Amino acid sequence: MTTLTKSMPAPGPLTPSRFKVFTDGAVVAKRNLIKIKRVPDLLVFSTMSPIMFILLFAYVFGSAIHPPGIGYREFLIPGIFVQTVIFGSTLTGAGLADDIQKGIIDRFRSLPMSRSAVLVGRTTSDVLNNVLVVVIMSGTGLLVGWRIRSSVGEAIVGFLLLLAFAYAISWIMAVVGLIVPSPEVVNNASFMIIFPLTFIANTFVPTQGFPTVLKAIANWNPVSSLAQASRQLFGNTGTTPLPNSPWSLHHPIIYTLLWIVGILIVFVPLAVRQYKRAASR
Amino acid sequence: MADVIRAAGLVKTYGDVHALDGLDLAVPEGTVLGLLGPNGAGKTTAVRILTTLLEPDSGSAEVAGIDVRKRPAEVRARIGLSGQYAAVDEYLTGFENLDMIGRLYGLGRRPSRDRARELLESFDLSDAGDRPVKTYSGGMRRRLDLAGSLVARPPVLFLDEPTTGLDPRSRTDMWEVINDLVKSGTTLLLTTQYLEEADRLADRIVVIDHGKSIAEGTADELKAQVGGERIELVVASAEDLPTSRDILAQLAEGAVGIDDHTRRVTAPVTGGAGVLIEALRRLDAAGVTLHDVALRRPTLDDVFLTLTGHAAEIEADAAADTDVPLAEATR
Repeated sequence: MTTLTKSMPAPGPLTPSRFKVFTDGAVVAKRNLIKIKRVPDLLVFSTMSPIMFILLFAYVFGSAIHPPGIGYREFLIPGIFVQTVIFGSTLTGAGLADDIQKGIIDRFRSLPMSRSAVLVGRTTSDVLNNVLVVVIMSGTGLLVGWRIRSSVGEAIVGFLLLLAFAYAISWIMAVVGLIVPSPEVVNNASFMIIFPLTFIANTFVPTQGFPTVLKAIANWNPVSSLAQASRQLFGNTGTTPLPNSPWSLHHPIIYTLLWIVGILIVFVPLAVRQYKRAASR
Repeated sequence: MADVIRAAGLVKTYGDVHALDGLDLAVPEGTVLGLLGPNGAGKTTAVRILTTLLEPDSGSAEVAGIDVRKRPAEVRARIGLSGQYAAVDEYLTGFENLDMIGRLYGLGRRPSRDRARELLESFDLSDAGDRPVKTYSGGMRRRLDLAGSLVARPPVLFLDEPTTGLDPRSRTDMWEVINDLVKSGTTLLLTTQYLEEADRLADRIVVIDHGKSIAEGTADELKAQVGGERIELVVASAEDLPTSRDILAQLAEGAVGIDDHTRRVTAPVTGGAGVLIEALRRLDAAGVTLHDVALRRPTLDDVFLTLTGHAAEIEADAAADTDVPLAEATR
């Protein structure tokens, strides 16, 4: 035990605080990724459900839904991508709530680390998790007949836009995860938010048959513009957007980017503020 | 010696509950302060404020000469905290946990790894160091958590109920670890519900109740206030009660109590086991048959009964410190 505190040089030259958010964030992200590696069930569940969605929608609804100018499966797959990466971002909230409950956030908060590093690390590891999920889904999509009909460059932009939007949603989920009392509540709360958000949109079906009010919501829903942008970038648009669609669907990439920036501007400071306050239990 | 931890008039309120109601503390350098109190007394709240996790409503606190409210980041670089719930990541190995903490304290890659191995060695966790913490026993987790608080060799250490929930064997092990630590000169603030623990580890004890300090002193001073040891015996037959009382009165330091209903005789004594043996000899010689006999040391309940006139009750308030049942707290 004599080695515990004797011969103690003060903790070496500390990393300049300016970079601490990145170095600390990387340490936290690495920790979260180790957890994914040790608990593969998490990844299995988060990839099984999109595969299931693809198969169910493609074969059950596929016979009844006819989007304009394109086969349903090609129309569907970008929509499933959108829904799945958004669901993937709920990991952020559940992970933070879990860390609060287990006292790990208290430990982090008692360390001389960057105040936003836990959030940066969390959102980063969740986006990496989403990368893996997108790869698996793309494989499944290709198996059931989805094809990228654009250029490689456009397709890469398409994947990046999906991940960027999910990253922004991660910060919303971070705020949720830091406010609610337990990880279970995060899951319920995010279902309540994400199901309407992804269903009142052109994610799974074309919107022209929606009732007027729902149609207006769906048209301006950023989930619709993200799905439209993905279809455009992967070359799966068919004849959408229809001429009478609003600006958001005619310029889906810009409209989606505006949302991403807007969400980050609002929710990054909110999440950091909430993190500083977060109490255990 | 300068006070390394100093708090004045700390107040923290949750709704109607005064978690802290004007708490003052002072811990001189290189000493151990035991913060003793029942569930909900405000122990954890005090630790959370001193470790910058919580802002007090009013009052001031300094750790290592630095104002906790004004310069929290500098305080964090000088403290180690180990909470009552082992805050280690169960999916990481012991080594990964310590290495992560080292990196977050700002240690370089190599120094952090070396330090992690060194601590695993010191805490008898070398063999388990590369196993996920999920496989650890409660005692091992606590040791790892304590090791985590020592990664940066902080001059000031806060241990919030380090042995709550541990079995007696692990508790004794933990006491040894903490004792060794204290010998090396760390300033330590320790919260506990066990008088015995404060007695073993602390130089001075502050007893708190309802967020206020109600007594302060060394373990001996407190015990003197509470009354020292007691012999308690239960006789087989009520006829033996007067004889027993007379015999114990010869050895007792104060009035001998009798409970006719339970046939229990209680006598305050000094001298511990020697007195007990002498009492038993005399009782045996007088032909008294005993059902039960014990030498009782003062418990937290005794301290509270004496100091506050009420037992150490469990309070399910917003600032609840622990979920440990009172039966365990007063064991």
